Amino acid sequence: MDSARSDSVRSHPPGSAPASSFMALKILVAGGFGVGKTTLVGSVSEIRPLSTEERLTEAGRPVDRLDGVEHKTTTTVAMDFGRITLHDDLALYLFGTPGQDRFWFLWDELAQGALGAVVLADTRRLADCFSAIDYFEHRAIPFVVAVNCFDGARAHRPDEVARALDLDPGTPVLLCDARDRASCKEVLIGLVEHAAASYEARLRPGVGSGG
Amino acid sequence: MSDSTPRWYDDEAGPMVRLYAMTAGRARPSSEAFALMAVVQAESRPATGNPPALSPEQRAILALCGERPRPVAEIASDSGLPLGVVRVLLSDLLAAELICVNRPVPPAQLPATHLLKEVIDGLRAL
Repeated sequence: MDSARSDSVRSHPPGSAPASSFMALKILVAGGFGVGKTTLVGSVSEIRPLSTEERLTEAGRPVDRLDGVEHKTTTTVAMDFGRITLHDDLALYLFGTPGQDRFWFLWDELAQGALGAVVLADTRRLADCFSAIDYFEHRAIPFVVAVNCFDGARAHRPDEVARALDLDPGTPVLLCDARDRASCKEVLIGLVEHAAASYEARLRPGVGSGG
Repeated sequence: MSDSTPRWYDDEAGPMVRLYAMTAGRARPSSEAFALMAVVQAESRPATGNPPALSPEQRAILALCGERPRPVAEIASDSGLPLGVVRVLLSDLLAAELICVNRPVPPAQLPATHLLKEVIDGLRAL
């Protein structure tokens, strides 16, 4: 009887799980400090903090740039985390990646197995999302750039933003309002559609390589 | 034990128990099974014999896993415990055969087209 309770029996491989067919998919929300990641995750999902052991509180104050976001009074202490229940057996989980470069060590685990990523951009500080874009491009993780259209921020056309960011052709640039649920939903739909197209192109390299 | 006694600390004070006390000094889980998106569920037929003595944190985590399956990250978020602590406590529960774990879907298997279509339809319907 003991053998029936071996580790291999209790760690079910995906797809053959007798206990549950629950599927949890991960989407990352990246971008510079103060660009609206917390707002986006909160607009479209029930947001809860997820804490790691790293203390991210007061230590960041002297080094976090606040130009353009002078009204930001709080910083992200823990990762933002949100759940979107699609149906009983399928849920999306959003992870707001820490915006400061010194937390890169957290990214590799976050990126592992991610369906894709939203890189949130602020056209006043476009350079802040370069590192996130590099990261996802190098790891071939499908992503879209979502330009958060802040009040008072100059409007830019998506193709201008794509050129300024030197994006690979085919990487979608969407305009959004991180405070608006419908707008954030469209960003997520755009990401999943892009991810589906990228994965399909990879499965048929001969057809998909032309972009 | 009266609730009317004013307390000098509140939630802002942070946890009043040192994290290493919750994990009996361990910083690493004994099992590598608990990736961020590994789905954990309480074992429907727990091992017979004497149930192991569980800490309040372990009991809280087990109760969460009994409600419905949820990924490790959500257990950490729902329990309010840091990820590293949750992983150590989950590995105890796994060793005691009180939970089962589904490993996360490997990236290579993710792009099942029908699954992504299901996600898109689900998002549109929100």
